[in-house]
Amino acid sequence: MSETVLFALEAGLNGLTVGIMYSLVALGFVLIFKASGIFNFAQGALVFFAGLTFVRFLEMGVNFTLAVLITTAIIMIFAVLIEMFVLRKLVNQELIILFMATIGLNFFIEGLTELVWDSNSHALNIEDKTLGFAVPDAGIDWIWDNIGLGINQIDVVATIVAILMLIGLTLFFNKTRVGRALRAVADDHQAAMSVGIPLQTIWAVTWAFAGLIALVAAIFWGSKVGVQFSLSQLALKALPVLIIGGFDSIAGAVVGGLIIGFSENMFEIYAGEFIGGGTTNWFPYALATVFLLFRPQGLFGLKIIERV
Amino acid sequence: MLFREAGQFKTDYAADQSVLPLREDRWFVWFALAFAALFPAFFPFGIDNDYVMTAIMLPFMIYAMAAIGLNLLVGYTGLVSLGTAGFMSIGAFASYKIATSFEFLNVVVVFILGGGVAALIGIAFGLPSLRIKGFYLAVTTLAAHFFIEWLTTSWGWLSNYASSGVIVSPPLEMFGWSIDTPVEKHFFTLGILVAFTIIARNLVRGRLGRSWMAIRDMDVAAEVIGIPMLKTKLLAFAISSFYCGMAGALWAFVNLGAVEPQAFDINLAFTILFMVIIGGLGSIPGSFMGALFFVCTPLVLANGPALFGIVLPQHVLTNLEFMVFGGLIIFFLIVEPHGFARLWELTKEKLRLWPFPH
Repeated sequence: MSETVLFALEAGLNGLTVGIMYSLVALGFVLIFKASGIFNFAQGALVFFAGLTFVRFLEMGVNFTLAVLITTAIIMIFAVLIEMFVLRKLVNQELIILFMATIGLNFFIEGLTELVWDSNSHALNIEDKTLGFAVPDAGIDWIWDNIGLGINQIDVVATIVAILMLIGLTLFFNKTRVGRALRAVADDHQAAMSVGIPLQTIWAVTWAFAGLIALVAAIFWGSKVGVQFSLSQLALKALPVLIIGGFDSIAGAVVGGLIIGFSENMFEIYAGEFIGGGTTNWFPYALATVFLLFRPQGLFGLKIIERV
Repeated sequence: MLFREAGQFKTDYAADQSVLPLREDRWFVWFALAFAALFPAFFPFGIDNDYVMTAIMLPFMIYAMAAIGLNLLVGYTGLVSLGTAGFMSIGAFASYKIATSFEFLNVVVVFILGGGVAALIGIAFGLPSLRIKGFYLAVTTLAAHFFIEWLTTSWGWLSNYASSGVIVSPPLEMFGWSIDTPVEKHFFTLGILVAFTIIARNLVRGRLGRSWMAIRDMDVAAEVIGIPMLKTKLLAFAISSFYCGMAGALWAFVNLGAVEPQAFDINLAFTILFMVIIGGLGSIPGSFMGALFFVCTPLVLANGPALFGIVLPQHVLTNLEFMVFGGLIIFFLIVEPHGFARLWELTKEKLRLWPFPH
């Protein structure tokens, strides 16, 4: 293959893999939105919290799998606490109020994380010495030798994990009793409670799951860029992903992530140089705005958005 | 009994339509104003006056200005915006360009023109509000924010090709009066703030403000009774952005002196939104209370432990501030989603009956 085609192919693939990483974060948002109608701004902070907790346990010499389990347990306790002290008090409030509360939560979690742990950047390797598996941050030799494309192993694993989560969550929401209860809660808090759905348990479960997704996202992001404060800014990057995919669609989060990652990378490479570069910060939002004007519910979202 | 409005008769229409019909409210406002004016000269606690003015009063007044602007949009018209910092940035950079291009201009004129540019940009980015609303609109204003941030960073013309992208305030002069000491800055900002508060207060109780509130409460009904959606919504964006632009110019020129594009980051937009929400959506006094809360809380948190003889390291303090701040936001949303403004109304109710319970 010629050089330009290879370059374009690699740029596209790079964009797509970044997109998968966005999807991992966006999935957490979709989960909470689908289950409670709340747009959870604190998801980015959750990623930061989960990632730093995890990496600090690793640094203490805890085994990789064990650290995952410990962090999961901590996140579950955390989710229950959030439900007890924040969400339970705000049942049936307007959604914008709940959204604001998650902004407050975002600040709280960021402060707490840095207070308990620290504010340095930590390197993270996906590797378990006792179980003997490792995913290095390196290309796959076979593809590099034969085709000349650099494909990172972490990206491949992240893609597989994203697809597994996509399938798992879709099945969970559509086929299980709890999943249906979650959707009922999202429709109307009061109505759901009146037909006997235990709102408090449901919310705690949802937030625990969202925290778990945050942990997965944190592990993959952390292994690429290091676990650091900027992870909590991922929430902002997930917004356009959700707009394009649709707020309540799990598949939409993945597809939206791919579209955003691909297009922002392509735009930066092929158009960015003419206008000064650094376009990846705003391009996704501009794309999302254009999308909103033509398709307010996103690609896969339910068509319930009120028009003005 | 303390807050007694019985016996205050209005004998003409002018008195009936005054901005503050109650005597107690008037007293309160005059008192607050006198306090703000005399504050720099007679601050009694032996603390450095210049510090108090530059570290508390100036940020407070400028935040209040921006909060009023955002409140017009979010609180009165119901259009959630996260583009505040972007519009402030536009105000600052436009003022800078105008001030350096036309050096003879009065600084107040420069600021107003800068606010005007911000208003135009606000109209452009307000256009999506005609089709989308609520949370989705917030995302499009985020687009505005990041686009403006990118523009101010990478378009050198805006900062007169300063290598660092930092704009340095030109000398602030009007009518031969040069504004450079803290006291002068204090009075300059106070004057602008008072003037624009009066304008905002009259805007929201007039025809335009009522149209805004009608749109906020139910846009379809508002359109049915003949409120022009396009004009009213875009005016809300324009006026709100004008206030934010003015605040941005003040922030850059009067408060900081030199400013880089990154000073107007997304956190600033959230900060202003907090002030509006904690202060009270749809309330001008609320904007002041929100701004005061935001400026004072970190001071209390920073100096509070020291009063009890507890010395905390700086990073612990910063993170504690974050936590307490986030916690307070949640607390206030739980206790009173309508913010300080509502608490103030409740206090007035209580004072009206005091010392009797009913």
